[in-house]
Amino acid sequence: MSGNGASSSSLNMISGEDVVNNNLTALVVDDSPLLRLLHDIHLKKYGLKVQVAENGKVAVDLFHLGASFDLVLMDKEMPVMNGVEATKELRAMGVTSMIVGVTSKDGPGEQQAFMEAGLDYCFEKPLTPEIIGILLEELNKHNKKD
Amino acid sequence: MLGLAADRLRADMNRLLSFLFHQGILDEQFLQLQQLQDETSPNFVSEVVNIYFHESEKLLRNLRSLLMDREFSDYNKMGIHLNQFMGSSSSIGAKRIRNVCLAFRAASDQNNRAGCLSALEVLEHEYCFLKNKLHELFQIQQQRVLAAGVRYPMQH
Repeated sequence: MSGNGASSSSLNMISGEDVVNNNLTALVVDDSPLLRLLHDIHLKKYGLKVQVAENGKVAVDLFHLGASFDLVLMDKEMPVMNGVEATKELRAMGVTSMIVGVTSKDGPGEQQAFMEAGLDYCFEKPLTPEIIGILLEELNKHNKKD
Repeated sequence: MLGLAADRLRADMNRLLSFLFHQGILDEQFLQLQQLQDETSPNFVSEVVNIYFHESEKLLRNLRSLLMDREFSDYNKMGIHLNQFMGSSSSIGAKRIRNVCLAFRAASDQNNRAGCLSALEVLEHEYCFLKNKLHELFQIQQQRVLAAGVRYPMQH
C-alpha cells in the first residue's frame, strides 16, 4: 500500500475493539520519549511487535538496513530529520508501509503538506485506542488482499 | 477498621479525580492512560506522568530562557517547544495546560513577546498546580495499596 494522500476522514468507522494481531509490526517515530512509550504500549496491547525511533533519520536508516514494518507512526516535528522529510524519503525508497502522521494541533495547511509527503492518514496527538483499532482493521484488510 | 481506611482512601481518590475533571484540568485521555495500566505494567500511569514532568520542566526552562534573552527573536524555536509541550500534555490528558499552550502559541505566532511572557507565567502556574495534584493522587493510591495489603495478611 503506497501513500495516496488519503485524508483521515476516508477511514471506515468500524470498531477495532477486537482487533488483536500477532503478525503485524510497527515503527513509532517520535522525538518525545513520552509519545514513544504511549504509542508503544497502545500498539503492543493489540499484539503488534513494535520498534521505536527518535527521529526521521533513524527511521529511514532502519529501512535502509533492510527492516520493514506494516505500520509507521510518524511524528511531524523532530530534530535531525522531521516527519515530512522522512516520509518523502521513505516513499522515494519505495516503502509501501502504511505511514500515519501524528501532529500537534496544526493549521490545515500544515497537515496538508504532511499528507502530500506521502502519508496514508494524519491524526492529531495522541492516537486513541479507537483510531489505532481502525488503522489495524485497515491494515488487516489490505494484508488479506495481498 | 482497615477496610474502612481503604474505602475512605478510594473516596478521597475519586473526589480528587472528579475535581480535576470537573475543573477541566484533566480530560478523558487520563482515563485512557489508567486503562492501559494492568498487572504487566502496574506503575504505568506514574511512569508516564514522571516522564511528562521531566519533559515539561525541560521545555519550561527552554521557554523561559528564550524569553529572558534580550535579543530574543526566534519565535519559530518557541513554536517547536510549544508544539512538543502541547503534544505531551494532550497525551496525558492535561487539558488546561494544553489550552494555555494554544494561547501561548497564538501570541508566539504574532511575535507578541509581552503576550508570550504572560502566557509563560500562566503555564508555569498551571504546571505546578497539576504536578502537585497528581503527586497527591499517586500518594493516595499508594496508601490505598498499603491499606489493602495490610487487610489481607499472608497465611503461613
